[in-house]
Amino acid sequence: MEQIATSATAETAPMSGVANGEAPKVTARDVCVFYGAKQALFDVNLDVPRNSVTALIGPSGCGKSTFLRCLNRMNDTIPICRVTGKIELDEQDIYDRDLDVVELRARVGMVFQKPNPFPKSIFDNIAYGPRIHGLVRDKTHLEEIVETSLEKAGLWKEVKDRVHEPGTGLSGGQQQRLCIARAIATTPDVILMDEPCSALDPIATAKVEELIHELRQNYTIVIVTHSMQQARRVSQKTAFFHIGYLVEVGDTEQIFENPQDKRTQDYIMGRFG
Amino acid sequence: MATTQDTLHAAADGRKLNDPAMLKRRYAAEWRFKAYGLGALGIALFFLVVLFYSIISQGWTAFLQTNIKLDVALNEADFQDADGQITEQSIRVADYTKMARDALQSTLGLESPTRPEKRDLRGLLSRGVDVQIRNKIESDRSVIGQTVPVWVLANGEVDALIKGSIDRNTPEERRQLNNKQLAWIDKLIAEGRLEKQFNTGLFTYGASSQPETAGLAVALIGSFFMMLIVALVAVPIGVAAAAYLEEFAPKNTFTDIIEVNINNLAAVPSIVFGLLGLAVFINFMGLPRSASLVGGLVLSLMTLPTVIIATRAAIRAVPPSIREAALGVGASKMQTLFHHVLPLALPGILTGTIIGLVQALGETAPLLMIGLVAFVVDYPTTPLDPATALPVQIYMWASSAERGFVERTMGATIVLLMFLFVMNAAAVYLRRKFERKW
Repeated sequence: MEQIATSATAETAPMSGVANGEAPKVTARDVCVFYGAKQALFDVNLDVPRNSVTALIGPSGCGKSTFLRCLNRMNDTIPICRVTGKIELDEQDIYDRDLDVVELRARVGMVFQKPNPFPKSIFDNIAYGPRIHGLVRDKTHLEEIVETSLEKAGLWKEVKDRVHEPGTGLSGGQQQRLCIARAIATTPDVILMDEPCSALDPIATAKVEELIHELRQNYTIVIVTHSMQQARRVSQKTAFFHIGYLVEVGDTEQIFENPQDKRTQDYIMGRFG
Repeated sequence: MATTQDTLHAAADGRKLNDPAMLKRRYAAEWRFKAYGLGALGIALFFLVVLFYSIISQGWTAFLQTNIKLDVALNEADFQDADGQITEQSIRVADYTKMARDALQSTLGLESPTRPEKRDLRGLLSRGVDVQIRNKIESDRSVIGQTVPVWVLANGEVDALIKGSIDRNTPEERRQLNNKQLAWIDKLIAEGRLEKQFNTGLFTYGASSQPETAGLAVALIGSFFMMLIVALVAVPIGVAAAAYLEEFAPKNTFTDIIEVNINNLAAVPSIVFGLLGLAVFINFMGLPRSASLVGGLVLSLMTLPTVIIATRAAIRAVPPSIREAALGVGASKMQTLFHHVLPLALPGILTGTIIGLVQALGETAPLLMIGLVAFVVDYPTTPLDPATALPVQIYMWASSAERGFVERTMGATIVLLMFLFVMNAAAVYLRRKFERKW
């Protein structure tokens, strides 16, 4: 709890104009990932700026999702997976022995490719995270958390009359926003999104993208996407991955208008991938 | 052109697309396959019907029992001991068989029966009659000194005759009941004193050498204790083992060996578990023979692989996205397991568990090894008391020749099958009930 409180102040720090406002939220240095003997990522160095959207693009199997899953240590759940190098969140090594992975995942929320609400009520979906992390004082506080989370995810108006109905009964787009609300409920600093719109129709996609825009005010977002248009629309910074290497990273505009690397150029021109 | 495709195909493998002869063969093959399936189903159903018909047609009579209504004169003199006192002891030792015979004699209006006639009279009554009358008095002593009507059990032979499994027209010398007895029986029927009633004794008596006083009570209690023990031992251990193997265990040679061995254990003949139980629980640990505790433990060992395999399958069927979602919001592995995975796997676990219990309920061989084939008359009150089990009781009755035991064998089979049906129905119901939450 205390940890979360301090990180919350750290988050507001750049807004209040403190000197280190430019310091990146997440830094990755020489990150290599191995699945058994096979190496999936090679020496990735990437800074994720705070309160902005960073898009990870690249063809299938390029390692962008693998990299994303390093940021909240979801790769820990794969027994043969091994990560080397250093990843820091607010200058704290997230692979440090003393760091509690459970707390890390509360600070770094995640939204998955396929909407995966728990087969429980909408209310319980949101309430689950705060409950297990002991963020809830009493019943009214919990109701407050649920309401603000749903509001932030732009879902409150649509579901306020049926928060006790199952979350699985919502439409695909609503389910995905429910998952975003669930991630927000544990008061994270960073939200990771792994192709959050690939299972959604264009209208639902537009809503989620709009939501990402709004969330950027308060959260650092890293999004993996297959759609270059989406990367262009939602992100400020884009990183292009190719067969395990981070080929090029820069401001989104620069990557799409004036890519430096031939491979980036070919990919965004649609020559492969 | 439509022909372009055809020519392309023709060029590729020398045959035309959608050759009518080939299509016809394909449809014929499909039709044949369906016919085989229906045939197999038909044969299976036929044998099922034959099985049920034979069991029910032979067994339903076990639920009825011929009883005789006697007006028993309970004279005080018969209950007094040497000092003229009526005590518990004197009630216990009174000659009830004689009272019953005298009652039957006066009912039939026989003044002074000869010795053979006395024997024949007694032959109409069950040997359990004395206990029936004594129970009546022990429950209410005030009846002493009165003449009370009592429904008592008829002898097994009389029962068989009434149920039609003994032919009246057999020559007298080859019949258990002589002509005089037949005449008495007819007279009793005419007076409404001899009739078939629901056989509560089937569920309340223990072991007996007379079919009419043999019942399933001890077996039912024994089986109940065993199911309880299996549910308390095999289910928690099995679910815990499965959850550990699925969610926590590292994938290495050691866990591979464990996995292979669990699958092997499920295929081990049950009698081997009986031998194991005999060696470990009885010889080594010194637990009592014939006790349902030992039976329950042996059946637990036998059920364990079934529970583990079913639970693992159920856990594996929970979509990984749910685990990711839980881990993603920062749940620990154990929270993920207990809050999300196990509740979702519950229907599968319940079904597997009940199937395991059903298997255990019907198991006979290992129980023979650990001495549950005992002649137990008294109700077991704890799992340490000698007991039998339902299938073992069926096995024991099946080896008795009397007509009454044949129908009881089938009757007990019906009871066992009813339990299995009820448990299976419960499995289906629970599955449906918990699946709706999705």
